[in-house]
Amino acid sequence: MTIQPLLSVRHLTTEFQLPNHQVARALENVSFDVRPGQTLGLVGESGCGKTTTLMSVMRLLPASGRITEGNIYFKGTDLLTLNEREMRAFRWKEIAIIFQGSMNALNPVIKVGDQISEAILLHNQMEREAAEQRVGELLELVGIQRLRRNQYPFQYSGGMRQRAMIAMALACSPALLFADEPTTALDVMIQAQVLELLKQIQRNLGLTIVLVTHDLGVIAEMCDEVVVMYGGKVTEYGPADLIYNQPQHPYTQRLLKAFPDLNRATEASDSAGQDLVTIPGSPPRLNALPPGCRFNPRCQESMEICTQVAPDLVDMAAPGSEARHLAACHLLKGMEIEDL
Amino acid sequence: MSSELILEVNQLYTLFPMRQSMMDMLRHRTPEVVRAVDGVSFRLEKGEVLALVGESGCGKTTIARTLIGLEKATSGEILFKGQRVSANGKDKQALSLRQLRQRVQVVFQDPYESLNPRATILDIVAEPLDVNGLAKDSRERQERVLRALEEVGLRPAEDYLLRFPHELSGGQRQRVVIAGAMVLEPELLLADEPVSMLDVSIRAEILNLLNALRRSRGISILFITHDLGTVGHFADRLAVMYLGRIVEIGPTVEVLKKPQHPYTRALLSVVPMPNPNLRRKMVILSGETPNPINLPPGCRFHPRCPMAAEVCKVSDPPFIALEHSHQAACLQAT
Repeated sequence: MTIQPLLSVRHLTTEFQLPNHQVARALENVSFDVRPGQTLGLVGESGCGKTTTLMSVMRLLPASGRITEGNIYFKGTDLLTLNEREMRAFRWKEIAIIFQGSMNALNPVIKVGDQISEAILLHNQMEREAAEQRVGELLELVGIQRLRRNQYPFQYSGGMRQRAMIAMALACSPALLFADEPTTALDVMIQAQVLELLKQIQRNLGLTIVLVTHDLGVIAEMCDEVVVMYGGKVTEYGPADLIYNQPQHPYTQRLLKAFPDLNRATEASDSAGQDLVTIPGSPPRLNALPPGCRFNPRCQESMEICTQVAPDLVDMAAPGSEARHLAACHLLKGMEIEDL
Repeated sequence: MSSELILEVNQLYTLFPMRQSMMDMLRHRTPEVVRAVDGVSFRLEKGEVLALVGESGCGKTTIARTLIGLEKATSGEILFKGQRVSANGKDKQALSLRQLRQRVQVVFQDPYESLNPRATILDIVAEPLDVNGLAKDSRERQERVLRALEEVGLRPAEDYLLRFPHELSGGQRQRVVIAGAMVLEPELLLADEPVSMLDVSIRAEILNLLNALRRSRGISILFITHDLGTVGHFADRLAVMYLGRIVEIGPTVEVLKKPQHPYTRALLSVVPMPNPNLRRKMVILSGETPNPINLPPGCRFHPRCPMAAEVCKVSDPPFIALEHSHQAACLQAT
């Protein structure tokens, strides 16, 4: 693979100071690459560290959060070595983010167009007319009529507000877009519209996307590569097609089985009333992580070693294959890896 | 299968008149009406799960609210085990809302919002008993709560009695909500998006729990959801709603395999599938569901319908009849 990744996260560890002097380790040793023009999916249940990963890369952690280890290379620059002023030049111009439920993040008393032009003018030296021109282009790009720039957010529907947020994220032509649960609050049909729009923009602008969601269906629809997270660590990482068709980690396997699949339901002649696969227990609390493998208390295949030693990621891809398929489980015998 | 009818809904209408301005009133304009539930009929048998599926604003929650009398039906008939339900209590023959609510219980979407944070689990689950004066003394009260907690899989139940909601995880909270519904031993459960807020692994647990309750108790469930994925694993029959009306109804597998209404087909085509190699043709409808105030003439779906013909712009497809098993309200359906 000769193409340099656009973003390389290495050994990222993020901790939060809790009020009772405890420390919650929200991320531990998280590493992944995002290649230009591709879509990487971060998937996992609530509290597994998906959003914290994005916030760490943007360096937008709350005051109680701290990155204690690791490197974040963006176009070769380690973002963690930058001071706040230098970092600001990267945010929005290079890396933009659409937050979860961000359609409610629009200011209700300011016209949508004004909000977008504000984002443009904050980051660019530009004449007002030129910014206005850009607002029109952006709105058209996301399928909203130019005329509607003068409307207020309440005059937009939910799907349109989400599109306006995408337009705002694209205001400074970023190279990388973080989308944190961009469609979770939307209806299926609107979700399909927004996802289609993201794909289209990616094709036209060569945008790179990191998509965070708990919906395994959305990930399969959108992503080239997938990182499965559990309890703040990477449990499995590889090309989407391998993750879905040959999941290696017991957590990934059970998660995929627990996900209600329309196809499987119609194949079984009498599926109604049949029990779904579950994962007993609930995800660990970050201030009381189990020793050893973090999944061991819920894992059916847990062995003695799992309760003592945390497993390392190993490469499970077929020998000679170009892509890597990493998983962290004591059951797996794969190639050791050095550079992640 | 002995089919005992639990619920029959006949031509139910729940309309909300809009507020009018003084000028409109003086000019004697007819007030605009939100047609939330616009002529809905269906039946539910004992031990059966019927899923009501549709996008936000299609009227599925209003149906549930109307069934338990939280909204007043404009017209139509609701029969619970053959007995008419009276909304105002004037009809002596009919079932009063109070009687009805002991036999029909609801589970709402958000287990974080629907539990009183300052009440213990004991008091939360016992509340339906207290309201209806069903427990003779505190011993019976506690016993029935314990039984309900065990039934929803919170074991050992004693450990939960004096705990508060914030000590429980999302899945446990939803179990408490279900225990509160089950403590009256209802015959019908209205479950309004009971798993939408939960994580994948916990979602499956709650669905399995509802399944177990249906097997052990023979309880009927009206399962309201926007998520077609969960429906296939859970519901016996499926009703798809669009703008206040059922547009297609039938046995779940049949509807999923051979959808007849173009709206059902479009909805099914955009459900994200956990299979990255799947290449399928998506039918993405443009725009959003129009508001149910100014319904288009003819078929309400025709402005967004890929198959709409001239006739669809003028005539409304006939209502779903209760007798047929799988049918669609569409003039073009084959």
